[in-house]
Amino acid sequence: MAEAEAVRPDQDPLIALETMNVSDSEDDCYNERTALVPAENPTLPPYSPDPDKRHETPNRHRGVSRRAGPDSTSSLDGEQEVDDEELTLKYGAKHVIMLFIPVTLCMVVVVATIKSVSFYTEKTNQQLIYTPFSENTSSVGRRLLNSVLNTIIMISVIIVMTIFLVVLYKYRCYKFIHGWLILSSLMLLFWFSFMYLGEVFKTYNLAVDYPTVALVIWNFGAVGMVCIHWKGPLALQQAYLILVSALMALVFIKYLPEWSAWVILGAISVYDLVAVLSPKGPLRMLVETAQERNEPIFPALIYSSAMMWTVGMAGPADALRPDTEEGAEQSAREAEPERAEQRARGAETERAERERASSRAVTEEELEEDRGVKLGLGDFIFYSVLVGKAAATGGDWNTTLACFVAILIGLCLTLVLLAIFKKALPALPISITFGLVFYFSTDFLVRPFMDNLANNQFYI
Amino acid sequence: MTAAVFFGCTFIAFGPAIALFVFTVSREPLRVIFLIAGAFFWLVSLLLSSLVWFISVQISDKSSLSQQKSLLIFGVVLSVLLQETFRFAYYKLLKKANEGLLTLSQEETMPISIKQLAYVSGLGFGFMSGAFSVVNILADSAGPGTVGIHGDSQHYFLSSAFMTMAIILLHLFWGVVFFDGCEKQRWWAVAAVIASHLTVSCLTFQNPQYVASLVPTYVIMFLMGVWAFYCAGGSLRNLKLCLTCTDKDFLLANHRAR
Repeated sequence: MAEAEAVRPDQDPLIALETMNVSDSEDDCYNERTALVPAENPTLPPYSPDPDKRHETPNRHRGVSRRAGPDSTSSLDGEQEVDDEELTLKYGAKHVIMLFIPVTLCMVVVVATIKSVSFYTEKTNQQLIYTPFSENTSSVGRRLLNSVLNTIIMISVIIVMTIFLVVLYKYRCYKFIHGWLILSSLMLLFWFSFMYLGEVFKTYNLAVDYPTVALVIWNFGAVGMVCIHWKGPLALQQAYLILVSALMALVFIKYLPEWSAWVILGAISVYDLVAVLSPKGPLRMLVETAQERNEPIFPALIYSSAMMWTVGMAGPADALRPDTEEGAEQSAREAEPERAEQRARGAETERAERERASSRAVTEEELEEDRGVKLGLGDFIFYSVLVGKAAATGGDWNTTLACFVAILIGLCLTLVLLAIFKKALPALPISITFGLVFYFSTDFLVRPFMDNLANNQFYI
Repeated sequence: MTAAVFFGCTFIAFGPAIALFVFTVSREPLRVIFLIAGAFFWLVSLLLSSLVWFISVQISDKSSLSQQKSLLIFGVVLSVLLQETFRFAYYKLLKKANEGLLTLSQEETMPISIKQLAYVSGLGFGFMSGAFSVVNILADSAGPGTVGIHGDSQHYFLSSAFMTMAIILLHLFWGVVFFDGCEKQRWWAVAAVIASHLTVSCLTFQNPQYVASLVPTYVIMFLMGVWAFYCAGGSLRNLKLCLTCTDKDFLLANHRAR
């Protein structure tokens, strides 16, 4: 959707670029948004610092893989079941925390920016092309109608873009999709971060020269492109994805009108629910097609908390990963097995390898790796939009805190459901519902109560 | 004002709580999750009590100040009672979850014990309660302004910070004692927790006479702390062993030499 609009020099150049970028990346984000792909069954033995205990582990794993069968009545299997349950709980909790941290970081970045850089909360008459109806009307009814119309337009655009993407994916137009993704991440990493940097400098009244800025932005953007689309350290890739989501969320917070933003958030969660769970939903088709073809979903659209622990495996699986012994030692060295595989396999992307290797290992029933949990970038964006909007409207920190806790609890519940159902689930509905409920109730009910208490210095 | 007051009050209010979080909770994912769930439960209790207060205010006569004040007092008492109710509800939920997992695993061991859950949930309640009480005040303390320009107390920020610290630690102790009382069916302990919470809240009605409110609060906090220490299994012997670094069980469990 590369619209080349003629931009008048006095017009905000953002608008034209945004139409291209926002539509691209938003639908990019939305496509994979809800692919909350479950982790493999974590059947790891407890981490024991004692190396002589490792010889026990192959027995345990074989016992575990037979657990589904009817013959698991021995006490050994019973013990393994206990440990599995405990492990499932512990490692399930670990996955939840592995997602809490990036979501929290993204929200912190957005809230910090909103509270300090006034650019993103300034009232502007410019709106996105997707929300053409203005909210500057006097009557409440008219304003509500306008926001509902804006929402309908926005959601239809999203649906059209998603279906377009799914069609492209089905007919294997990979080059087009990759080009599209690269273009939109280029836009985010270079242009939006340049704007952001400019606003930060304006806020703190720093005078920085153009060559310095050019150097900084060039490095930031180039490293970001490499990390996101090719290979890079996992932590750096995660950091870039978080920053990109935060930038996108800030754009939404600035350019979506007040009431439209809330209605859009609500509508997006409903759409998410439908798109991922219903049999004809575009996102479900996307995830299923990707799984059928054993391909990873596009790297630029999913945040992966993947940690690869390849514990000592006996048998043919060893041939696949010659470095299992090293990888098994400490979970802190999770990047190593990945790099080892890369060395062994050359040009393949690490995720493709991991996915292929892991699917092979699954069929061999000796899979010991933990792929972590994946969360779509669109989820990050909308969580941050909710919390950012809560921070932007009114100076109340209580509302922001309440939304933050509500979203985290929603995410926790979603992951619990993921552990139960073990298939791709929408991550937006529960969190956004909790977030919206808590935002409105805290804003209307709790705020006057707490303000009165603080005035009199009463404590509850 | 500004930065010094802001940082000072923040660290006074949240210092012990953050230290406890960083050293005891942050490394265990399960504990973090239960902490956040505890915070959520506190939030829901606050929501309900604000709803009731809001409705009562809408019904009442908004111009009469004394009526508004008495409604606020009613709101405070109701909020305290609701918080304790939700603490009990959280306890019940945790017990159910514990039981469910135990039946699945046919073993005695749980990855997290009820005592740890009591600690973590108390801390969660404390964090949320403290945050809601003081964050807006802290945000204001960083900005321009003059404290007490209309004749109010000069020590508003400092006293708020100290009160918040007391409340957070109190919630922690109340959580431990409450869960222990529920576990051992000692309902007088539960009633004592509720009574002390009400006492602390009612003491704050005397603000801005900070001596009258802060000193008894700290006394109560210290007493509750000692009670919680004993409930959690501490004793003078334990304490001595811990402080002189001769507690063999603890050292072994943490792989440290004496």
